[in-house]
Amino acid sequence: MRRLAAFSLIAVATALAASSQSILIRNATVLTVTKGSIQNGSVLIENGKIAAIGKNVSAPADATVVDATGRYLMPGIIDCHSHTAIEGGINEGSVSDSSMVNIKDVINPYDINIYRALAGGLTVSNVLHGSANAIGGQTVVIKLRWGKTAQEMLFDGAKPGIKFALGENPKRQGYPQESFFTQGQVVERRYPGTRMGVEEVIRESFTEAKNYQAEWKDYENRVERGEHPIPPRKDLRLDPLVEVLEGKRYVHAHCYRADEILMLLRVANEMGFKIRTLQHVLEGYKVAKEIAAHGAGASTFSDWWSYKIEAYDATPYNAAIMARKGVVVSLNSDSDELQRHLNLEAAKVMRYGGLSETEALAMVTINPAKQLGIDETVGSIEVGKSADLVLFDKHPLDNFSKVEKVWIDGHQYFDREKDLETRPAFEQKKKALEEKLKPAAQRPARGQGGSNPTAEAIQ
Amino acid sequence: MKSAHLLAISLICLAPALLAGGDDNSVLIRNVVIHPVTSPDIPNGSVLVIDGKIAEVGMKVSARGGARVVDGHGLHLYPGLINAATNVGLAEIGALRDTVDLDEIGPFNPELRAEIAFNPSSEHIAVTRASGITSVITLPGSGARGGRGGPAPVITGQGALMHLDGWTWEQMAVKPGAVMDMLFPQIGGGSSRYAAVSGGQAPSFEEQEKQYREQLKRIGEFFEEARRYERAKNAGLADFQRDVRLEAMLPVIDGKQPLFMRAERERMIKDSVEFAEKEKVKIIIADPHEIGRTGPLLKEHNIPVVLGKTFELPMHDDDPYDAPYTLPNEFYKAGVEICFGTFDVEFARNVPFEAAQAVAFGLPHDIALKALTINSAEVLGAGDRIGSIEKGKSADLILTDGDPMQARTTIKQMFIAGREVSLESRHTREYEKWLARP
Repeated sequence: MRRLAAFSLIAVATALAASSQSILIRNATVLTVTKGSIQNGSVLIENGKIAAIGKNVSAPADATVVDATGRYLMPGIIDCHSHTAIEGGINEGSVSDSSMVNIKDVINPYDINIYRALAGGLTVSNVLHGSANAIGGQTVVIKLRWGKTAQEMLFDGAKPGIKFALGENPKRQGYPQESFFTQGQVVERRYPGTRMGVEEVIRESFTEAKNYQAEWKDYENRVERGEHPIPPRKDLRLDPLVEVLEGKRYVHAHCYRADEILMLLRVANEMGFKIRTLQHVLEGYKVAKEIAAHGAGASTFSDWWSYKIEAYDATPYNAAIMARKGVVVSLNSDSDELQRHLNLEAAKVMRYGGLSETEALAMVTINPAKQLGIDETVGSIEVGKSADLVLFDKHPLDNFSKVEKVWIDGHQYFDREKDLETRPAFEQKKKALEEKLKPAAQRPARGQGGSNPTAEAIQ
Repeated sequence: MKSAHLLAISLICLAPALLAGGDDNSVLIRNVVIHPVTSPDIPNGSVLVIDGKIAEVGMKVSARGGARVVDGHGLHLYPGLINAATNVGLAEIGALRDTVDLDEIGPFNPELRAEIAFNPSSEHIAVTRASGITSVITLPGSGARGGRGGPAPVITGQGALMHLDGWTWEQMAVKPGAVMDMLFPQIGGGSSRYAAVSGGQAPSFEEQEKQYREQLKRIGEFFEEARRYERAKNAGLADFQRDVRLEAMLPVIDGKQPLFMRAERERMIKDSVEFAEKEKVKIIIADPHEIGRTGPLLKEHNIPVVLGKTFELPMHDDDPYDAPYTLPNEFYKAGVEICFGTFDVEFARNVPFEAAQAVAFGLPHDIALKALTINSAEVLGAGDRIGSIEKGKSADLILTDGDPMQARTTIKQMFIAGREVSLESRHTREYEKWLARP
């Protein structure tokens, strides 16, 4: 049934995506996020890019016109912390530094949660490993091009990342507890089991990476001098860490407590690399100054707290404090469910800390774009940027609003009207398949009056 | 300088307590848009509170004697919101079992009462309040269906309707024993589900259905036992011995205390109604994930529903993406009385947003507001005391700058039983403390 759901909805998506020429979205309230709002504004899309924005925009005669009167247009929502579209488990649990594994290898383009997220206005996700390991693995940024292949979903030009994790989750493997899934089985302990050990894993890995980097430099220097040295042995675990040291790969670090945040910043400063984003960072408000000084972004929850002890000092004012102290803050989902309404998560920072509408919207658009280094092409409605756009029936920070249409690169990937239209046919298909699953005795005889024509049609 | 600052903060913290009530324990809230919920809005009205109760509501209400006057400056006055399903007060930090008092051992625990372990110092109380919620029902069960080989939980104890302010649970309890929390059995739940996810051999459907029938039979026997106990008690025999567990079942079998029946699937809802008919007990359907064809059945038997979160994923991959968002309206359209709950602790404060999402997908706004207030009060047996702004009711009021279902709205002031209650919490304390860090 999962496959049927995926393929039927993909059929809708493909039909939608096919019509990509010039599109004029007319008469909307355009929330650009970076350049203010335009009442009764229009946006022209050409070749997948935003070609013009304003009150009076002329479009080619053959442009598809979308009347958006009374509607609100905002940039596609960006989630800086997602596990959607990952096939199978998200943690390589066997070692505490699993930097050799790559999310890119396990993107599942048929994950129905991609479509569900699109229906909530999400267009870009930073897809990360879980938090079982101090160093978790290589990460990728995807565009939710539903209906396309895994390869086609990758965000072209987005810098790859690597997931780190601090605190309770990585140390849990040191003192594993019996869970629903492990009942009765012996669970092997694995270093580290303390925050001290977590720090040591990162320090040790980067010490090795630096030695490894030096070996290669030495090798290259000798080659340059015309010598014929034996190359160092290639190390798939250390390669991505060298990329981090050379600024070619971003570090996204799961963290909670203020002390462990400072710990990581110190190790990074000492080793000479940057933390691109602190993820969750629920006590970031206590050390916002230090985070800002390091230049790390903060990707946090709007209001999660108390689910474990390291989340007990959390406050929904976290985003507001960090923003006021100069940190680039985004709101993430970390969840197939929450990613469906990040606009409403953003609305909460207006209540908790009194941020403005624009500041709130920025936390799910331009700020995560900056954190992922993709703000040149997405994150706001500006001429020249990719046409990643979401049309809402009401203001996106209004709790009574819903998404009507979503475009990525000018292709329409979600249309609520079309989704509703296809439901009856889809239901019919499903019934026909269920009929086929029944044992022959319970099935109406073939050719009998009233037999379901759809059942024949889909063979 | 520093101590002066601290002193100022302390005074601010104390202020509401000092100001609560005037000389004669009365408060006049005037110049507000009143949303009584049970009657039309009053664009510019006043509410007089005396001795914790609403004494007068209207366009022209005059203060009496030393009543403290609160000028609302055109703000909105709503009845305090009610979350009709939480575990607030019984669990503090989810992952730390030591801080969690949910899910007692054993399948039948009707004698357990949520208020007994309700911690009036829980940080969740003030956090939940900050969203405009003045009452919650606190349930002794998390809803987890077990699955470790032991008997699956059935009756987890009695849920209490609690005010979110007070020094002890006695002061906070609006209605102890408001509901009896029960998990209706599920085909394939419990041990068979465990077998399936742990890689073992799941029993066949026939085997699962057999287990289900056996479980229903055991439940029927327990109810029958309670009935025999009642007969023995009424007979007044000299050798009658009191039994704590069966005694607790008497209000249930007498139809006075509703079973808070957790039934997620269509079949469970249908079988719950059948069960209630057979046992002649009152039920509330709790946390349904689908409606199926149960709408007319629930309407016919006048059975209300406490909805769980709308912010959920659809149950199946091939369900419409908005299935959880449209579910409340489907129950409403079927003529079923609805309330909202979150069935948790940390997100109990978000219940107005759960309802708002249903509004975005079709539920009429006034129905959503009723579901968050008067419906919950009625369904939980306190409709005569809380849930609307009406003369004689407990003065549970919130003063806001907008619709409490909107995240952008700020809750400005709160009264519970006429006492002005602080909207500060662990969250605001951390905020103020660390915002001021040099």
